[in-house]
Amino acid sequence: MSEDIGLPISHRQRLWLYALGGLVLLFLIAPSIIIVIMSFSDSTLLQFPPQQWSLRWYQTYFQSLEWRDATIVSVKVAIMTTLVATPLGTAAAYAINRGTLRLNGTINALLTASLIVPVILIGIGTFFLYAPIGLNNTLTGLVIAHTVQALPLVVLTVLSGLRSYDMNQERVARSLGAGRVAAFWQVTMPQIRFSIVSGALFAFITSFDEVVVSLFISGGDTTTLTRRMFNALRDQIDPTIAAISTCLIVLSVVLLSVAQIFGRRN
Amino acid sequence: MSAQSAFHASAGDLNAQSLRADARRESLRLLALLSPSLFLVFAIIIVPIGWLFWLSLFDEAGFLSTANYARFFEQASYIKTFVTTFKVAFIVTGACVLLGYPLAYMLSQLPRRAASICLIFVILPFWTSVLVRTYAWLVILQRKGLINSWLIDLGVISQPLSLANNLSGVVIGMTHILLPFLVLPLYASMKTIDGDCLRAGMNLGAGPVATFRQIFFPLSLPGLASGVVIVFVLCLGFFVTPALMGGGKVIMWAMRMEQTTSLYSNWGAGAALGVVLLVVTLALLGLFQWLLGARATGVWSSR
Repeated sequence: MSEDIGLPISHRQRLWLYALGGLVLLFLIAPSIIIVIMSFSDSTLLQFPPQQWSLRWYQTYFQSLEWRDATIVSVKVAIMTTLVATPLGTAAAYAINRGTLRLNGTINALLTASLIVPVILIGIGTFFLYAPIGLNNTLTGLVIAHTVQALPLVVLTVLSGLRSYDMNQERVARSLGAGRVAAFWQVTMPQIRFSIVSGALFAFITSFDEVVVSLFISGGDTTTLTRRMFNALRDQIDPTIAAISTCLIVLSVVLLSVAQIFGRRN
Repeated sequence: MSAQSAFHASAGDLNAQSLRADARRESLRLLALLSPSLFLVFAIIIVPIGWLFWLSLFDEAGFLSTANYARFFEQASYIKTFVTTFKVAFIVTGACVLLGYPLAYMLSQLPRRAASICLIFVILPFWTSVLVRTYAWLVILQRKGLINSWLIDLGVISQPLSLANNLSGVVIGMTHILLPFLVLPLYASMKTIDGDCLRAGMNLGAGPVATFRQIFFPLSLPGLASGVVIVFVLCLGFFVTPALMGGGKVIMWAMRMEQTTSLYSNWGAGAALGVVLLVVTLALLGLFQWLLGARATGVWSSR
């Protein structure tokens, strides 16, 4: 008996379903696992499983100035994007949650627009906008563009935190004499801080993994890691990218785990 | 009118006025909180798109014309791009349904703990870079890749299959990347199906198959529709995987936009492509919202 649903169907009768579902899960996860294993191969050929193990591709990655510069650019942009998008998104979510504004639906649609509008269009449009004002190939330009893409995730995450929070608590604090800022900072903020942290992590990873817009607006000294990877993949399949990919996968795992832990405590 | 009631009326007026003024101040404060975000979205998304739309209305000589749009119906290469794009979108969406429905169904039937462990395998790829996953599929599917070398070693085939750098590579890669977008909303909606409905059906004598077909499946359709719409729409504008795995043979809509603007610097034509892509995307999402009264963006907040 399945304990959640309690239908008179045994797990045994469902074996085919578990087998099918398991295969799909394997399809989802296998590519990442294969890349992680292959990144420790000693061979320039992509064999699986590798015959000999080594860290040479990690050495190539860390010793190459080009890759290191690109990584530094990506980290810088992602940190700055997080620092900009988190407060802006939190403020916006707070305002939307009040729900008193007449255009709430429109505002919501606008703020989540970057999830819907084809990324390629944002890329071309941003390049076109930046060209006359000289923001192409600059960190500022990248941070602004990535912030717009990270905003909806922060807004949605914080909004879901605010939905389970009773705004009357803030009203109580204010009726007891706390100012607006103090009421938010001391009463609301501690109770939604886990959603804010999750939102910030999503903002970081959105920026760090962003490819398409960066292809158009980054270059030269501000080439991001993803842009350099994209160009390298267009030419040939370099095993160094397996090592870089492994680092990116590990980063995703770490950030997601932190977000999950924070989410559970929420 | 007595003096007293006049006093009451004016006090009420005063009260209403100050309440209204208070509400207006409150709205302004909320707008102030929203304004930086709205400004950024406006500047980075709305303004450039409006500008591109304006640009698409002029031909290369700078005259107002519909040449950029007429081209889509006249030039065979554009028609081929659209046909390829929709073909890929239909195949990938279909594959996502075939793979995603059983997975979501299984997840919804598992005990909570087991389901949340399995969900990690769906969410983790969702948050792994598209580039990393495309690279993985390149490694797996290419001529000397894993699948081919295994099949040759096992003696199943003598010549390597061409799996990457063509349509099948693009379809496999995109299915892998877009599958979580279908599974997550579908799973969320399946979790809301009331187990009592199913139990009632079985009590009344329906077998497991009939219960699934007549009760569970119809109730899961809204969630499925939301997943299908979001996957299809994302397919139409997908860039990275077709660009890296198409081998230059599979030209999809977004690649065409990139080529016309960066390679040929024909901004009018690229902009027109973008405008039509946006209109089709918004039309599909609007249709969905109108029919089902739900937003398709739910996938990003359903975690």
